[in-house]
Amino acid sequence: MPPRAAFHRAAIAAVSIWAVFLFIGASHGAESIEHEFSGSLDVDGRWYPQTGAHPDQRAHASGFAAEPKLHLKGEGDWSFTLAPFFRYDGADSRRTHADLREAYLLVFGEAGDGEWELRLGVDRVFWGVTESQHLVDIINQTDLVEHPNKESKLGQPMAHLTWSAEWGILEFFALTYHRARTYPGSHGRLRSSIIIDDEHVSYESAAREWRVDLAARYSHSLGPFDFGLSVFDGTSRDPFIAPHIDERGALSLRQHYDKIRQFSLDAQLTIESWLLKLEALHREGARNLLGVKEDYAAFVMGGEYTFNSIFGSAADLGLLAEWNYDERRERSNSEFQNDLFYAVRLALNDTQSTEVIAGVLADADHTTRTLSVELKRRLSDQWSMKLEAIVLMDVEEEDIIYDTRRDSFVALNVTYNF
Amino acid sequence: MHAHLVRTALLLLAICTYVLVHPQAPPRAEGATPEDKGLQIARDTRERARGFDNFTAEQSMVLRNKHGQESRRQLRVKVLETDGGGNKSLFVFDRPRDVRGTALLVHTHKKKNDDQWLYLPALKRVKRISSSNQSGSFMGSEFAYEDMGTQEVEKFRYRYLRDEPCGKLTCTVVERYPTNKRSGYTRQIVWQDKGELRVWKVQYYDRKNAHLKTLTLAKYKLYLDKYWQAREMNMVNHLTGKSTVLSWNNYKFRTRLKASEFTRTGLKRVR
Repeated sequence: MPPRAAFHRAAIAAVSIWAVFLFIGASHGAESIEHEFSGSLDVDGRWYPQTGAHPDQRAHASGFAAEPKLHLKGEGDWSFTLAPFFRYDGADSRRTHADLREAYLLVFGEAGDGEWELRLGVDRVFWGVTESQHLVDIINQTDLVEHPNKESKLGQPMAHLTWSAEWGILEFFALTYHRARTYPGSHGRLRSSIIIDDEHVSYESAAREWRVDLAARYSHSLGPFDFGLSVFDGTSRDPFIAPHIDERGALSLRQHYDKIRQFSLDAQLTIESWLLKLEALHREGARNLLGVKEDYAAFVMGGEYTFNSIFGSAADLGLLAEWNYDERRERSNSEFQNDLFYAVRLALNDTQSTEVIAGVLADADHTTRTLSVELKRRLSDQWSMKLEAIVLMDVEEEDIIYDTRRDSFVALNVTYNF
Repeated sequence: MHAHLVRTALLLLAICTYVLVHPQAPPRAEGATPEDKGLQIARDTRERARGFDNFTAEQSMVLRNKHGQESRRQLRVKVLETDGGGNKSLFVFDRPRDVRGTALLVHTHKKKNDDQWLYLPALKRVKRISSSNQSGSFMGSEFAYEDMGTQEVEKFRYRYLRDEPCGKLTCTVVERYPTNKRSGYTRQIVWQDKGELRVWKVQYYDRKNAHLKTLTLAKYKLYLDKYWQAREMNMVNHLTGKSTVLSWNNYKFRTRLKASEFTRTGLKRVR
C-alpha cells in the first residue's frame, strides 16, 4: 500500500475512532474521562494571475480544509489527542489529501527534581527560531502541497521521551516510519515542469520507510539566552529528485531519500526589544543538486527589533532581517543557498488583532526576489481571515525555483474556529 | 497577535498581584511626610499580597466601543509563587477561538527582566519573546500593561494626598508617579480603603496631564481568610468613550499545581 494511502486510511480510521468514542461517551457518560473537541474549518481560494509555465496548470487552487481535534484527559497524568486533517482542492487532485496530524498518548510524571514525559504515536515536533526558513526542523516531513512556505507538516509516528530538570531539557526520539513529501500534481502550480512521482519512492536504507530514525536534543534557557543542540540520524526528510525513464520511455521525476546524520544548533538571544537568532547545521550523507554525496554546513542568522506604540498609537512595528546560507551554493538543493530576507511586521493591537507582514527574500546569487504580503484579521469570536500575496520577480533560469517563475499568487482564507 | 496575548496575560498577572491584599492594616507613623506616607501604604499593600502559594482562575473580558459594540476574551490563569520572590504564571487562551490553545509562560523576576515563552499550537512552536513590550493597549481593550506594571513598589514615587470617604469606608488617596521613562502617564491617583487596603479606584493622567482613564474595582471577596480579590474591574477611557470590563471567576487558592507545569515542556502540554 503506498504510504500516502496508509495515512489516508489512518485519517479516516481516526474519524471512525472518534465516532465510536462519541457514541460510547454519549451512552455511558464517559466516566472520569474529560474530553474536549476543537478545531478549524477553512475555505481558501488562491488565484494565479499569470498562465502556468507548464501544460495543464490551472489558474487557481481553491477548496476547503478541516482539522478537527479531539482531546481526552483521564484521571492521573495521561491524555490522548487525535487530530486528522482533510483538504479538498478543486484544481489539483494531488492537493486533495487526508493526513493524520496527531494521534498520540501522552503520559508524564515526576523524576527526581525534574520530570519525565512520554509521547507515543503520531505527533508534530518543531525545532528552531528563525522566520524565513526552518532550517534545523527535521522531525516531520513537509506537507508541501499545503503551502510553499513549508510550514505545514505531515504527522510523524514516533516515541518521544523527555527528561527535564533545572539543568535543561533532554529529549530522545525514535521515528518509526518515514513519510514521503507531498508534491503538486499536473493541474497544480508551484511545481517542477515534470511531475514528481508520489508512488515510486526510493530509499538508501534497505528497510525503506520502515527504518527507525533516531534523534536527540538538549535545550536550555540561561537568562536571556535560549538554545537547542540536536542530532538526527536517519533517513532525510529532504528528497533528492532523480529523473527516471520507464519501459515505455516516459520521463518522470522520483523522490530518493538518503540516510543522513545531522548536527544542529538553534539559539536566540532576547534583549529588550531585540531578538537575535541563529540556526546552523552540519549534514552528512545527503546528495547535492548534482546527485553527488556532499557533506555541508548551512545557517540562518538574523534578528528582529520591535518598536512599541509607534506614533503614539497602540500599534507595534517589527523589523526583521535574516541571512540564509548553504555552503554548497549552486550545488545546493535548497532555494535558501544564499538569500537575504527582510520584513516589516505591523501589529495594530486593535480588537480584531489586525496584523500585516510584508517581506522580501532576495537571492544574493541570482536576480530572483520573492515578495510576500500577509494580512491577518479576526472577524468575530469564531471567524478569522487571511489575505496573502506572493510575487516572484526576475527568476533566473539558473535558479532552482525557475519552474515556478509564473506562479505568483493572491490567496484568501476564511477560517471558522471552534 | 502575539503581542496582544502577551500584554493581556501580563496585565492580568499584574492585576493578580495588584488586588491581592491583606485585611489588616498596621498603624501608620505620625508626622511622616506625604511622600513617606504614600510609600508606606504601597509597601504594606505589597507585603500582604504574599504567601498565597498558588492559585488558578478564569477570566473574561468584555470590550465595548463608544457605539456599544462588544467583543469578548476568555482565558485561564495559573500562578505559582516561588521562593526567590518572583512568580511563575501560565495563561491559556480560550476565546477568541482563533487563539484557542495559545499559551504564555512567564517567569517574573524582582530585579531583572521577566522571561516569557509563547506556545503556538498550530505549529507546536515555543517562542521566546521580549518582555520589554510594556506600553500600548492589547487586543483593543482599555487596559494597558503599564497601567499596572508588575506592582513593584520601586516602579513609582508616591505622595499621600488626603483621606476621604469612599462609600461607607474611608479611603487614603495617594498620587504616584511612574519612574519608567517609557510610561505613557505623568501620574496616577489611587483610592484604597484604610481598613483592608483594597484598591477601589485609579485615575490615569496621560503625558499631557489630561485625565485619560479611570479604573474602578468591585465585587471584592476574601479568600483563605487573608486575600481580598476584586472580581470585577472596569476601565473607562474618557477620551475615546471605550471601556473594558474584566471579570474573574472560579478562583482556587493553594491547588495541587506542580512546578513542572511552569516549564517549556509543560507549556507544550497545555489545553
